[in-house]
Amino acid sequence: MPRVIIPSLLQAVTDGAREVTAEGETVGQALASLTQRYPAAESRLFQEDGALRPHVNLFVNDEDIRFLGGLDTPVGENDEILIIPAMAGGA
Amino acid sequence: MSVAGLVCSLCGERFPVSAQYVCTECFGPLEVAYDWEAVRQRLTSEPFPCHTSSLWRYRALLPVNEIPPNDLGAGFTPLHPAERLAKEIGLEELWIKNDTVNPSYSFKDRVVALAVATAQQMGIPVVACASTGNLASALAAHAARAGLPAYLFVPADLEPEKILGAAVYGPHIIGVKGTYDDVNRLCIQIADRYGWGFVNINLRPFYAEGSKTLAFETVEQLGWDLPDHVVVPAAGGSLATKIAKGFQELLDLGLVFGERPRVSIAQAAGCAPIVRAWEAGLDHVEPVRPQTIARSLAIGNPADGVLALKTIRETGGAAAAVTDEEIIEGIRLLARTEGIFAETAGGVTVAALRKLVAQGHIRPDERTVLYITGNGYKTVSALEGQASAPPVVEPRLADFERWYATHSSAQAVELRPAGFPAASQGGVHPCPE
Ligand SMILES: Cc1ncc(COP(=O)(O)O)c(C=O)c1O
Ligand SMILES: [Zn+2]
Repeated sequence: MPRVIIPSLLQAVTDGAREVTAEGETVGQALASLTQRYPAAESRLFQEDGALRPHVNLFVNDEDIRFLGGLDTPVGENDEILIIPAMAGGA
Repeated sequence: MSVAGLVCSLCGERFPVSAQYVCTECFGPLEVAYDWEAVRQRLTSEPFPCHTSSLWRYRALLPVNEIPPNDLGAGFTPLHPAERLAKEIGLEELWIKNDTVNPSYSFKDRVVALAVATAQQMGIPVVACASTGNLASALAAHAARAGLPAYLFVPADLEPEKILGAAVYGPHIIGVKGTYDDVNRLCIQIADRYGWGFVNINLRPFYAEGSKTLAFETVEQLGWDLPDHVVVPAAGGSLATKIAKGFQELLDLGLVFGERPRVSIAQAAGCAPIVRAWEAGLDHVEPVRPQTIARSLAIGNPADGVLALKTIRETGGAAAAVTDEEIIEGIRLLARTEGIFAETAGGVTVAALRKLVAQGHIRPDERTVLYITGNGYKTVSALEGQASAPPVVEPRLADFERWYATHSSAQAVELRPAGFPAASQGGVHPCPE
């Protein structure tokens, strides 16, 4: 089952968990299992229309899911899903 | 103190001052919120002190209200009229804000000055950054002067001159395999885990405010007047956003009158996510994989891309992307016409200006300001093969004259002592008597 790495700004709604083992075969399903377990995470990650919030960036094994299959990107046993705020930074 | 707290630039949620940079409600970026009444009061009792010839002249409009004791003196760089370049490009009035002459030779000294001062105020013991080079040397310089340890994370394949330009100040430099976006992702995770002050991540709300001073200085150097149009190089998109904010603040405070300047941005074609989004009419920015000689602008996933797009649209600006050949040509054109040697980001800006004028996005009668943000000596390797070896003569007058007589472009130029320099343009304005 894939692991989801939780940033500190979400740990308040995951009872302090830094890492959560999720269920599902895609990134979208894995996140759904996360928000089922921690309902308060839902509104932090998703807009009211169900779309991912624009400043939430997701990576599977260090690759941006926008270069993969988006929320439909398949994930398996040893995959790591990283949730981070849209890249800060600037050269 | 004129800082009221931090505010989410997406949903408006407010937070107290701290090294927090993301809204817990919506993941949006946080910005400094001011107590404008306190700012106005401060400006009446103590306006911009004309004897301070650094960006701290505008400290009343910054989140740090006192000049740090170990400051390096970033900012207050010259604004030059650029008649020769204007003529080449087809503009009536063009000005160049020459930010290549900052303490570490790029505009990044402005943002770092704010970030390091903030770190010191908050008692943060270690500073750090993710960088494509310019930020690394700016932070290394400021940290050295402040006596703070610095950790700099850069792409492992960065140009050697950029590594050297940071290493000389004695920081810890870590090369990270991958692009800048990979470096940045790692740094976000480190910032999350360690209590370090990452100037462009968790200190970003304070850091970013430093770029407003480019707008403040421009207005003062134009005699407290506004330009019509400005052209700004964009990577993460913060600089363009904050220059627009700077003009807006002066308008809101009644310190200058007129139309809000139009803000146009410049990117390299090999990394132009903001330009592409503008051209396609999108309101989000699709990430790209950078491939350009303009390494300082090679951010494929711009943090403030959406805000930069909004800035372009709200001010009636435009956006242009230029090829690597155009970048080199831009560097040479600027040096040849105005005597300013810029790094690749400057070549991008000059070439984009030319394109924007040719496409009619900038009208010939618009008073235009070009922001040249980094020094040419930082990217000399990009110019490899561009200068032919000079002729060599014996140290004898006859030998020189033999060469001079055959020199193809030798006109009847009389050799005589250099003339008197013209009055200096831009720079620090004299204080009134
Ligand atoms: C020389 C130079 N100019 C312009 C920029 C663009 O600034 P921003 O990332 O805020 O868009 C950068 C760095 O990012 C830079 O190094
Ligand atoms: Zn928010």
